[in-house]
Amino acid sequence: MGDVIVVTSGKGGVGKTTSTAALGAALAEHGKRVCVVDFDVGLRNLDLVLGAERRVVYDFINVAQGDAKLSQALIRDKRVETLYLLAASQTRDKDALTDEGVERVISDLRQSFDWVVCDSPAGIERGALLAMRFADKAVVVCNPEVSSVRDSDRIIGLLDSRTRRAETGQQIEKHLLLTRFDPQRSARGEMLSVADVLDILSVPLIGIIPESEEILRASNVGAPITMNGGASPAAKAYRDAARRLAGEAVPLVMPVEKRPFLSRLFNRRAA
Amino acid sequence: MKLFRLFKARATAPVARERLQILLAHERIALGPEDLLGKLRGDIIATVLRHVNVDPSKIMVKMDHDAAVSTLEIDIEIPKESIVGDGKRRPPAESSPMTSAA
Repeated sequence: MGDVIVVTSGKGGVGKTTSTAALGAALAEHGKRVCVVDFDVGLRNLDLVLGAERRVVYDFINVAQGDAKLSQALIRDKRVETLYLLAASQTRDKDALTDEGVERVISDLRQSFDWVVCDSPAGIERGALLAMRFADKAVVVCNPEVSSVRDSDRIIGLLDSRTRRAETGQQIEKHLLLTRFDPQRSARGEMLSVADVLDILSVPLIGIIPESEEILRASNVGAPITMNGGASPAAKAYRDAARRLAGEAVPLVMPVEKRPFLSRLFNRRAA
Repeated sequence: MKLFRLFKARATAPVARERLQILLAHERIALGPEDLLGKLRGDIIATVLRHVNVDPSKIMVKMDHDAAVSTLEIDIEIPKESIVGDGKRRPPAESSPMTSAA
């Protein structure tokens, strides 16, 4: 029986899909069976970030409606052989997913994988609620920026009230993943600090991902950051976060982007 | 001096932090999980009013969240004359057998 994790945020563009791909790939690196699931019906992108966009034949809705078997819809990663993708449908509308359909697919996935990582759509509508509905754990992706923090707070409230676990009086394990963090700007008082965000949201930290040029390079070529640019601080931060998710005690260190002296001199910004 | 002012002007993060804290304190009450605080406040006011005659607006119910625990703070201002119980539990010392024996 595997664990189901939802990667969620409320706000769009904070790094849910990037984080789903990176955490999924990192969890699968050591032979654990991982399935990443795209819940963003009509706006799927996890396939593209993983470089599997041309291999999608059947999708989540086909399986939920019984038009395809789960084994037909699962796409196996070509680099990490224990990593699989279940794509979202690009053509149907969001109402095609039902509570019962999602529950059945998730429970089947739980049987055959160690980790099921669900990439939530932005917003707090049906798709986002379905993505979190059957999760055991949640990774709340947040940027150190006011609108993202506000939306994270809203999502945390929904995790505590609208998930199956919350409704049956159980706890859903919540973790905060701070992404696009710039230590230098934060030190100068131009960006919320890690302590500020933790203090406001009161959810334990699972990782700090530094703002990094490698993220765009990786998505350009359709690879999770942990595979392409694997030596970068961002990739390392994702790997550490994945180990913490799996229960390992990995000390949190502030990420530092190493840049040449001259570039530091002439351009103080990291991004 | 000018340098110091320049530095101060750029430190906008404290402003962000303060704005968020104020905003979220309100939003959590308004949108909180099934409005837990609202329900608690209603029940607490009803219970208090059954025993003590107080102004409901003087009953303050506040919830704080920490990483490990949440705390519920209840502050009720009770005027002296408004305790309406039957007087059974009004113990101050005068009628204690010990003191009267001495």
